[in-house]
Amino acid sequence: MGRVVLVTGASRHLGGLMVRALARDPGVARVIGVDVVPPQRPLPGAEFIRADIRNPVIGKVLRSADVDTVVHMGVIATPMQAGGRTAMKEINVIGTMQLLAACQKAPSVTRVIVKSSSSVYGAGPRDPALFTEDMSPQHPPTSGWAKDSVEVEGYVRGFARRRPDVSVAILRLANVIGPRVETAMTEYFTLPVVPTVLGYDARLQFVHEDDAISALHRATSSGISGVFNIAGEGIIALSQAVRRTGRPSVPVPGALLGIVGRGIAPTRLVDFSREQVRFLTYGRGIDTSRATRDLGFTARRSTAVAFDEFLGGYDLSPALAESVISGVTSAARMLTTRGGSRA
Amino acid sequence: MPDARVIPLDPEGHQPTATPSPRSTFWDFVRRRIMGNYVVDDFGFDADLTEHLLLPPLRPLFERWFRVEVRGIDRVPSEGGALIVANHSGTIAVDSVMTQMALFDHHPAHRHLRMLGADLVFDTPFVGEVARKAGHTLACMPDAQRLLSRGEVVGVWPEGFKGIGKPFSERYKLQRFGRGGFVSAALRARVPIIPTAIVGAEEIYPMIGNISPLARLLGLPYVPVTPTFPWLGPLGLIPLPSRWIIEFGEPVHTEDLVGDIDDPMAVLELTDAVRERIQQSLYRLLVQRESTF
Repeated sequence: MGRVVLVTGASRHLGGLMVRALARDPGVARVIGVDVVPPQRPLPGAEFIRADIRNPVIGKVLRSADVDTVVHMGVIATPMQAGGRTAMKEINVIGTMQLLAACQKAPSVTRVIVKSSSSVYGAGPRDPALFTEDMSPQHPPTSGWAKDSVEVEGYVRGFARRRPDVSVAILRLANVIGPRVETAMTEYFTLPVVPTVLGYDARLQFVHEDDAISALHRATSSGISGVFNIAGEGIIALSQAVRRTGRPSVPVPGALLGIVGRGIAPTRLVDFSREQVRFLTYGRGIDTSRATRDLGFTARRSTAVAFDEFLGGYDLSPALAESVISGVTSAARMLTTRGGSRA
Repeated sequence: MPDARVIPLDPEGHQPTATPSPRSTFWDFVRRRIMGNYVVDDFGFDADLTEHLLLPPLRPLFERWFRVEVRGIDRVPSEGGALIVANHSGTIAVDSVMTQMALFDHHPAHRHLRMLGADLVFDTPFVGEVARKAGHTLACMPDAQRLLSRGEVVGVWPEGFKGIGKPFSERYKLQRFGRGGFVSAALRARVPIIPTAIVGAEEIYPMIGNISPLARLLGLPYVPVTPTFPWLGPLGLIPLPSRWIIEFGEPVHTEDLVGDIDDPMAVLELTDAVRERIQQSLYRLLVQRESTF
């Protein structure tokens, strides 16, 4: 008798990948995807229910299908995806509350996995180089997605206290990147001109979309409880990342980054909220040794490799820059060696 | 990832690359920078940038201007972690950069010094950015331990702003040594503590006054007045050409002291012992130094 898994946020890219990965898993009998919008791509081998997790129908689904595992991926990152900040907070925080309330009432549920974000650690000058799961943030997030993630984790902890028989895993993912996923960060790096913060160079960490799914899948099949940081090995400097895209960057004072960014891309889902500007100023790193040790998960792609695969998927490369440089450097080299031999 | 010791530190290696032709390596450097083809470690340290762009312009300052004499460099191990604890002075923290230069240029293994700095550094535009790339990170227990357990040489100036910002009249008098955090970090990582004395940095910008209302207004620890600053404007930023000695002292081995980690008294006593050794070395070196300039 295989497991019955319910996945929230199934219509978005990562949720869809997760549903498809679970549908291929021989240990899983049924996969039920839930979202408010229809899936972008078909979900072979899975069922789909179009419902809002704030709706009591979720409780009925949990009971009637005898769901034993709930994977909550329904927290959304940018207001534009939700149609405004108020709606976004409603979906993220109230949605999680309702979902967990339904789980609490469903005796069949034995395992809950929550996709959270490393943004719960905030970002600032007093941060250690890498956060471990036990460290408290030095600059707690005060707004946006990061604040939502903190609140979501709070509700999940409350649920874990009230249902000690359920194993609960929270995965704090670094920024997810890859050839297909669309996030505020992929939008940022595909801007025609990338605005950066003058006088600062953030340390960035990415996790490849496929590695993110492997981590969630791993957490779903193991019964381990706890909080786990998930990221690709190593970091990449923001300036370095922009150079790899081959796009020009324009450093602007942090206070003006939002205005400039929205001027460059008024319609994109790129995020220049206060919290995101802090992140683009100071950056952040997370220590993934607990996931390696306890969850048995290590990302296959490093931060730099994940970023390069993102560039490949979006057809970005410093090709133009490279040809210009090779021209200039070989000419310069010829001149200097000739000058050297003459002297 | 403290237990995963196989972290590739950087593919360039800690050895400076053999230089067949300085020009070709320069163009290779330019190419790497424009393409973003270099490695920045977890702390934001950019070895490529440090070796090829940040240190070279400071080398004449080290060799010709301050004529730094390096002593006891062989007391720094060629591999594995070590904690260099030194006195801090000079109004601007030139002493840390010169210690970094001493270790990179004069140590047979050309080691990079990883320095611990105050949070103010990382909150200051440009300064924080360059400091991180040059190998500084925040002076906090997690970072110190992580660096030491990865086998890095870590430099710490426990006097902090009290040290660099003290008036010229108090030169070579060690200030309070923080809370002994550096000793705990070394004990936990079981690495030697190398008490290091720096002579000469006190005289580069002799601080004869402090415009403290302005400092409060700007949120700075102090706004210095020296014989040349602010009177000569930007020219006042030229350091006086004092003669320097950097002496790496006899290491304090910590392998047998691991039991003392949870004993605050033992930690404070060791902190005092290290401080006292640096103070004694300073007095001895001052006598030996023939002239200030």
